[in-house]
Amino acid sequence: MRFMVMMIPDIYKRPVPGDFTPPADAVEKMGRFNEELVKAGVLLACEGLHPPEKAARVSFDSDKPKVTDGPFAEAKEAIGGYWIWQVKSREEAIEWARRCPAQPGDVLEIRPVFEPEDFGPEVARQERELMEKIGRNK
Amino acid sequence: MPSDISRTIEAVWRIEAAKVIGALARMVRDVGLAEELAQDALVAAIEQWPKEGVPDNPGAWLLAVGKRRAIDRIRRDRRAQEKWHLLAEDESEDAPEIPERDAVDDDLLRLMFTACHPLLSAEARVALALRLLGGLTTDEIARAFLVPEPTIAQRIVRAKRMLKGIPFEAPRGEERAKRLPSVLEAIYLIFNEGYTTTAGENWMRPQLCEEATRLGRILAHLTPDEAEVHGLVALMELQASRFAARTAPDGEAVLLLEQDRARWDRVLIRHGLAALAKAEVLGKRGPYTLQAAIAGCHARARTAEETDWVKIAALYAALMQAMPSPVVELNRAVAMGIAFGPEAGIEIADALMQDGSLRNYHLLPAVRGDLLEKLGRFDEARAEFERAAALTRNGRERELMKKRAAALMGSV
Repeated sequence: MRFMVMMIPDIYKRPVPGDFTPPADAVEKMGRFNEELVKAGVLLACEGLHPPEKAARVSFDSDKPKVTDGPFAEAKEAIGGYWIWQVKSREEAIEWARRCPAQPGDVLEIRPVFEPEDFGPEVARQERELMEKIGRNK
Repeated sequence: MPSDISRTIEAVWRIEAAKVIGALARMVRDVGLAEELAQDALVAAIEQWPKEGVPDNPGAWLLAVGKRRAIDRIRRDRRAQEKWHLLAEDESEDAPEIPERDAVDDDLLRLMFTACHPLLSAEARVALALRLLGGLTTDEIARAFLVPEPTIAQRIVRAKRMLKGIPFEAPRGEERAKRLPSVLEAIYLIFNEGYTTTAGENWMRPQLCEEATRLGRILAHLTPDEAEVHGLVALMELQASRFAARTAPDGEAVLLLEQDRARWDRVLIRHGLAALAKAEVLGKRGPYTLQAAIAGCHARARTAEETDWVKIAALYAALMQAMPSPVVELNRAVAMGIAFGPEAGIEIADALMQDGSLRNYHLLPAVRGDLLEKLGRFDEARAEFERAAALTRNGRERELMKKRAAALMGSV
């Protein structure tokens, strides 16, 4: 099973300076945590994200997409980074998340990733019908 | 969806079991006893954590309980008094810390090599590895291998008995080089067990692939200088990357060259290629690394037509040096045929015919038939397709072979 784990850091709740980089000791602690995940064979991906000041949004309200530059006043929760973990259960993801060296005010959100098995036999049947319609019989 | 405490405990067990068993095994010098003590600790956790909550450092909690149980047992068993001295050295009433990171690594490595000891049969190694390193229950292992639970339980009991007296060590140098293949073999066996059936048939199977890959990654981290470990990890990740594309909606297997590559898992491909790079940097390519390199060629080709068959043919030649087998040679015939034309392929396929060891393997006449057809030798090709149809046990393949034979009727 895979989970995307998103870090919603306290520090991105307020504006950050343009030259912002995370403090060295926090980076070091997180690095060790990531190493534990690698050692346990569960880490598939992880990235840190620049603050919302550097972001852009494309919103789809009417028929024309609208582009806005960050930071975004309405958005209270800005993601600071994500991992993708391969674990046996939701509880295992939660257990690992509890061990994250997060700062006070940080939140981790754990979301299961869709996998082929989730698309059960009904979807398989629909897929088959569609394949037949477009003339591919494999 | 609330998580219940028992599933949390299961998750903690999965994360901590191997480390706890490894540390205990180092203390009591007996892997079987260590596992029992760890199980005792798990039972205590199941009893106490629902009331007290999961401790902040669950691994240390489990280890402390395991140690206390060890001391209790040794007190009761006079014959084990000599082990008492080992524990008395670092006995304390406070919860011991989980050892320093390097010491944990050492324990894990010792556990891997012990569980996969060449003294044990391959089946025993597989069961023990899943139990001690994967934290799987006997029941889960039994379900995964479609074997009755008591059979697995017996296998594990016998394996532990065989390991009594074997020093709990991780081999180094030449000794490690000799012992590593049994570890890799066990891990790859677990992977193949999971890979050879579709998810629909047995839901434990994809979990086996994940478990094997996880064990491979753990080992790669513990022995970063071993090329073949990285090679095995690469092979498993690259094969697993094709999981979603391997089965058609009607449940039939889809050949690699016909798979929808959009459904190949790019995260696993990236991981697999990175592991392959590590393996290749470390020196001479062994059998797992070579097989991974072949898988890598496929993974890098955006379409089947873009596949580098010349490279694949060369890799199969190298694989024949490292791991000679008629099936590898047959694959080489296919690759050579595509890379350099059917004349190159038929030479090899003919030699395999002479050799006789693939006498009942339906893919030999299938491959030969295909090459003969490309060479315009239609009568011979038809005969081969009919032979292949007769030899295969798979209904769909038989149909396919019969169709190809029929298509050549009257093409003389």
